[in-house]
Amino acid sequence: MCTTCGCGFSQLRINNRPVSLEHQPNQLLVYRPLRHLPTRIDDLGRSDAPHSLNLKKISMHPPKNAETRRIKIERDILTQNNHYATQNRHYFSAHGIFALNLVSSPGSGKTTLLVQTIQRLRNQFPIAVIEGDQQTDHDAIRIRATGASATQINTGKGCHLDAVMIDRALQQMHLENNSLLFIENVGNLVCPASFDLGEAHKVIVLSVTEGEDKPLKYPDMFQAADLLLLNKCDLLPHLTFDTGLAIEYAHRVNPALPVIQISATQGSGMTPWLQWIDAGYRATASALQNNPSNQRHD
Amino acid sequence: MHELSLAEHILQLIEEAAHQQQFTQVEKVQLEIGQLACVERESLHFFFDIVKKDTLAHEAKLEILEIAGQGICNQCHQSISVNSYVTACPHCGSYAVAIIAGEEMRIYALEVK
Repeated sequence: MCTTCGCGFSQLRINNRPVSLEHQPNQLLVYRPLRHLPTRIDDLGRSDAPHSLNLKKISMHPPKNAETRRIKIERDILTQNNHYATQNRHYFSAHGIFALNLVSSPGSGKTTLLVQTIQRLRNQFPIAVIEGDQQTDHDAIRIRATGASATQINTGKGCHLDAVMIDRALQQMHLENNSLLFIENVGNLVCPASFDLGEAHKVIVLSVTEGEDKPLKYPDMFQAADLLLLNKCDLLPHLTFDTGLAIEYAHRVNPALPVIQISATQGSGMTPWLQWIDAGYRATASALQNNPSNQRHD
Repeated sequence: MHELSLAEHILQLIEEAAHQQQFTQVEKVQLEIGQLACVERESLHFFFDIVKKDTLAHEAKLEILEIAGQGICNQCHQSISVNSYVTACPHCGSYAVAIIAGEEMRIYALEVK
């Protein structure tokens, strides 16, 4: 969180460049005075000030005889995120882009899976990746080595990607129409469940080196997902992991969740995963073809 | 940790409301949080107390109203209470339950001056 005005963007970086939040005109931070006020009144309205505030309206104190009143708000706490998610979804649909949000705990093999997937699909579709990590651009470098374009979001202390970050990243990317877009979320089996990014599907990756009771321990994410990839299955002979039990637990949380057993490093199970992507990709692209009025040139 | 984001989002909605409804101080913030929503209440209180400093909500108390989880069993179609995503229908034992309430995360009302 930014210590100057409280906004959450100070540590956010995209491709290693800081990202500033351009406040919307109706979102003036008029009630958050700077802790150290400028001494000259001329300094207040400088447009290049990083956190320019309209100080004329600042008043931390209500009129002396003001009475307490109750006002109903009845708005979702994630209104802003959901607004941007809807905007991202419209953008994807207008350009025939099939966007997948990959979620898992750290170390489940998401990046390896992406590298292997891209190598198999790169001659079929334009592919781009948004990588989310707290720090480093290691994952983006691994993706770029496949020839696909990758944009790295570093969330700083943030524990998840949100729809505003995706909006900012999309502004810097040049996605071709009918692209396949992978968003690799921050490795975290809790927080990313709550934040819609505008994706077509959340895909959860669970590796067999984790416990089979992960679906019961972290049900929100399994509830939010549309596909479960059970990864590192080549290691099963060396482990006590009970595959049937893990799938049963996942189905207790989300009875309709399809499961694909896969090994990204050895290549087993890749065919059904690629077929699943292909089906979604074709449906998205044909929706654009059948309804070209959706198409925008922005 | 996402409770910090939620606290920031709450403050942002309060500021928008202040702009529209012309108030300068918030005394109470009432939230409706569903039993199944991915929110740790203690943590939300903690982070709200941090982000509210130096804002019009600096004296605001956070009140969380819990909304009970409810579902309908897809197998026997009975209405049941649900306290987690891993709830078996008490009538037929099926886990195929459609959630109809308990996932809310809303600002319900404010008390303001």
